[in-house]
Amino acid sequence: MGKVIVVTSGKGGVGKTTSTAALGAALAQRNEKVVVVDFDVGLRNLDLVMGAERRVVYDLVNVIQGDAKLPQALIRDKRLENLFLLPASQTRDKDNLTPEGVEWVIAELKRYFDWVICDSPAGIERGATLAMRHADVAVVVTNPEVSSVRDSDRIIGLLDSKTLKAERGERIEKHLLLTRYDATRAERGDMLKVEDVLDILSIPLIGIIPESTDVLRASNMGSPVTLADAKSAAAMAYFDAARRLAGEDLPITIPGERRGIFGKIFGRKAA
Amino acid sequence: MTKVLTDSRSIRIKGRSFLAVVLSPDLPLDEWLVLLDDLAARSAGFFLGRPVVLDVSDLAIDRAQLKSLIEELGQRSVRIMGIEGAKPSMMEPGMPPAMKGGRPAADFEVEEKEPQPVSEMRNSAPDKPAVPDHKPVVTQSLVINEPIRSGQSVIFPEGDVTIIGSVASGAEIIAGGSVHIYGALRGRVMAGSIGNASARIFCRRLEAELIAIDGVYKMAEDMDPRLLGQSVQLWLEGDAIMAETLI
Repeated sequence: MGKVIVVTSGKGGVGKTTSTAALGAALAQRNEKVVVVDFDVGLRNLDLVMGAERRVVYDLVNVIQGDAKLPQALIRDKRLENLFLLPASQTRDKDNLTPEGVEWVIAELKRYFDWVICDSPAGIERGATLAMRHADVAVVVTNPEVSSVRDSDRIIGLLDSKTLKAERGERIEKHLLLTRYDATRAERGDMLKVEDVLDILSIPLIGIIPESTDVLRASNMGSPVTLADAKSAAAMAYFDAARRLAGEDLPITIPGERRGIFGKIFGRKAA
Repeated sequence: MTKVLTDSRSIRIKGRSFLAVVLSPDLPLDEWLVLLDDLAARSAGFFLGRPVVLDVSDLAIDRAQLKSLIEELGQRSVRIMGIEGAKPSMMEPGMPPAMKGGRPAADFEVEEKEPQPVSEMRNSAPDKPAVPDHKPVVTQSLVINEPIRSGQSVIFPEGDVTIIGSVASGAEIIAGGSVHIYGALRGRVMAGSIGNASARIFCRRLEAELIAIDGVYKMAEDMDPRLLGQSVQLWLEGDAIMAETLI
């Protein structure tokens, strides 16, 4: 039986879809079978970031409504043969997701894949609650700024009350993925520091992804950053996060802090 | 003439609940009144000084009959503080107000007494309360072992609340008693919410949006900046919220 991960945040634009794709590709490179599921019905993006937008025939809503079989809707990645995408529908809305349908799809996917990664829509409404409903593990994507942190806090509260695991009295495993972290801005105090975010959210940290143009470039190319530019700092951070998700115990490095000397040299140059 | 408000005291509005006796008459009313007289004869002064609510929800009577019923009860020293379940057409100005949203409570037991001469009855009524003694109230407490997240609210009118963890911005705790937070308080806390001026608030780190004790409020901007980020206890003295740092 595979593990179900929900990538969620509450707030939009913090990097859920990018992180779903990057973590999915990173886990697939460990020779594990991975499917990434887009739950953002009506505003799908995961197909673009995965570079599969021209190959979408059937989608999640078609499967739930019985218009297509699950294998027909799954799209195999062209670069990694054990990475699959289940796209969302762009023409329907979230009301087409039924709790029973979602339950069935997730149960089926768990039988064939090691990892089922659900890309949650922003917000706390139906789409987001259905995406988190069957999760074993939650990756809470947060930017180091106050509104994102508060929304994440709200989502953690929902994870602890609205998921199936929570209703059964079990605890859902929650991890914090801090994205778009900029060490220089954090030092200047324009951004929340890592310890402030951890203090407020009090869930374990799974990775800090530095703010980087590599991520944006990879997304626009239709490739997860862990495939397009595996040597970039952001990709390395995602690889480490994937290893921690798989249960490895790695120390966390805050981007920018280990290259203190370089920072000083660059600082002088800029001045 | 303009009245200038120079008084800095604020008006306190609080919720309070009282236990009322609910009378539900049956038809025909004159027979029911006879039964009531019989009860009053056996249990002297049962209705004296007691809030009584008249429940007419299943009663097919009109406005005139309701009015005469209230008068009949008045003659028997039963004073109606409110009417429950009446249709608007049955009410008229001067009648007790309509009430709704009542919650059931334990049944009243009527103390049986030997019939006594009227004069003696009047004298004995005040010093012998007809209410059965309530069991001693045990203060209850609620302990929560995890942080309270934004958007969550903990409401516990029965007693004290202890949180082992932080209370996030946008979360709220409402307690009938004191509130203890072993973590940072960034949200809202209302202690002594049902009228308990001796309730206190304790927290490891004060960064609250709002605190209230027994209906007296204090917003974040009204708090002494020296207290922010400190381990603090807050209590009420008169109408003022007092605060001091804890070690």
